Amino acid sequence: MFKNYFKIAIAVLRRRKFFTFISLFGISLTLTIVIVLASFIDHLVSAGYPDTQRDRELYVNSLRLMSSKQGYSNTGPASFYFLNTYVSKLKTPERMAIGSIYVATNTYVNNKKLVINLKYTNDEYWNVLSYYFLEGKAFNNTQLVNGEKVAVISEETRDNYFGKGVSAAGKYLETDNVQYRVIGVVKNVPVTRVFAYGDIYVPYTLSKSDLNNKQLTGMYTAILQAKDKDDLPKIREEYNQMISRMPKTDKEFDLIYSYADTYLESFTRMMPFSSPGNSGITIFYAIIAIFFLLFLLLPTLNLVNINISRIMERSSEIGVRKAFGASSKTLVYQFITENLILTFIGCLVGIVLSFLIIQVINNSDLISHADLKINLNVLFYSLLATLIFGLLSGVYPAWRMSRMQVVHALKAQ
Amino acid sequence: MIRLQNIEKVYRTETVETLALNSISLDVPKGEFLSIMGPSGCGKSTLLNIMGLLDAPSKGGIQIDAQATGNLSDKQLAQFRNQKIGFIFQSYHLINDLKVLDNVELPLLYRSSTAKERKQLATEVLEKVGLSNRVKHFPTQLSGGQKQRVAIARAIVGRPEIILADEPTGNLDSAMGNEIMEILINLNRQEGTTIVMVTHDEQMARKTHRLVRLFDGSQVQ
Ligand SMILES: Nc1ncnc2c1ncn2[C@@H]1O[C@H](COP(=O)(O)OP(=O)(O)OP(=O)(O)O)[C@@H](O)[C@H]1O
Ligand SMILES: [Mg+2]
Repeated sequence: MFKNYFKIAIAVLRRRKFFTFISLFGISLTLTIVIVLASFIDHLVSAGYPDTQRDRELYVNSLRLMSSKQGYSNTGPASFYFLNTYVSKLKTPERMAIGSIYVATNTYVNNKKLVINLKYTNDEYWNVLSYYFLEGKAFNNTQLVNGEKVAVISEETRDNYFGKGVSAAGKYLETDNVQYRVIGVVKNVPVTRVFAYGDIYVPYTLSKSDLNNKQLTGMYTAILQAKDKDDLPKIREEYNQMISRMPKTDKEFDLIYSYADTYLESFTRMMPFSSPGNSGITIFYAIIAIFFLLFLLLPTLNLVNINISRIMERSSEIGVRKAFGASSKTLVYQFITENLILTFIGCLVGIVLSFLIIQVINNSDLISHADLKINLNVLFYSLLATLIFGLLSGVYPAWRMSRMQVVHALKAQ
Repeated sequence: MIRLQNIEKVYRTETVETLALNSISLDVPKGEFLSIMGPSGCGKSTLLNIMGLLDAPSKGGIQIDAQATGNLSDKQLAQFRNQKIGFIFQSYHLINDLKVLDNVELPLLYRSSTAKERKQLATEVLEKVGLSNRVKHFPTQLSGGQKQRVAIARAIVGRPEIILADEPTGNLDSAMGNEIMEILINLNRQEGTTIVMVTHDEQMARKTHRLVRLFDGSQVQ
């Protein structure tokens, strides 16, 4: 029986080219957008080079100081002082990567200005994150403590500064009037991985101003890596304890809020809908879900409309089929099959289209070094979306059609 | 074969209530070729649709093959139509998206049969109505008479005991009409198929066993 539905469906879709085209266009366009958006979100949220261990990591992205009397607050990245004095004393994390937010520095190559984003890090940073070294290696603790002027640079920086593919290890690079000896070159990191992105990475000991700053807010973030992901709740707990025991030295800001968050939480924490004690991640998920639902709803309604008018057009066929022995249920199956085939083809076209678009995004400068991909997660959710799409847009019209009186259906010609 | 008892059919629209059939009782024995005549709007099509279980009467009962049909479910009704009844319509009602052969196979789709059996049966009946050379055409590529012959092939492919034909020659010229009539008469004679045919043509009606006249929803002869 299914083979027949299939055969009929294909025959109908081929004979009604205009309708088929309009439907396919709507479905594949919608799905393309859904897939590209989903893969973008996946790119933002999921673990990826070089931060591949996200499931056993917590992030310290921001710190909020509040004045309980005046009611105003000051939110921003933490200071090196805060991370070093308090966070680094935590027992549960196995490792802690400290990195500054990147600062733009200027250098000149052949009299042409080149902006290089510089990041200060500690030595463990290189153990927590899995950078791929094209040549050389990272700086070690001794080099850090001694304040050696060494640097790890990105492939792009090497290509721009020393020439494409030219070996850079041991050579010197000067930026903002400081000379660094290049000791390693790493594969480029997408700018969207803010904890790990940089053009040049140097020991934090070279940043004198940061080290002497005794304020709690500054320009550093940290990644706490646990031995095992089961330790994460314990780390959060220990972190909260640590914050609550911190001495209140500041007269102005007497409340300190800071959390060890999962990757996504560390960002939703900064959204207006979050509050102390609530990372806002649930609201964030809800917003995303509602957005996608609304986004799918419009084309679905459209398709429902097209399907209904198509069914009205085919009322004579429905009447005939019923007259010759098709039950309402059989007809419902037939129409849903037709619709599923249509959505499925639309989905295939959508996947191909989004694959192309993602390639274009990856190869453009829209997001530098982006590595968007259609991974299994994205594919799964897109297929789910298709199924919902196909069912939603097919079931209601099919149900209406099946309730049509035979006599009525035959007359309407 | 078909027994109608006190059939009444009322159509209600927002403004008017039409009594399309008024207390019709009719017995069609097995193997009879019955024709129904009457002025336009007198309820002929309504009567035929009720006989074919396409429409439910407002009152009264229908027995087909000695079986009451009043309480059948949608699925059972569909099965009943599939097994026992073949329809022929004035405006053919072929499915334009399907080829002639697929149109004829249609009733067989809704019973258990293999693709091979379906193809064979459909080819056989198309031969019978003289259209073996048009199996791969689409309905839009056929003349009116050819379309009606396809429709007949479709009606008889499942070997139903009853054929219900609503003005099968209404859209055809007299030569074509006579050809169609020949096919029906042969079917009735050779296979013993019970046929009920609505017509406007006295000459056609005269070739059948019995004539029933309707006027304003009532039987007058
Ligand atoms: N779906 C409907 N709703 C309302 N009234 C209807 C409906 N179908 C038929 N009627 C009315 O019922 C009456 C009988 O209609 P029917 O189609 O049976 O006539 P007919 O004898 O077949 O006419 P014709 O020879 O023109 O085909 C007509 O008055 C018609 O207007
Ligand atoms: Mg009529």
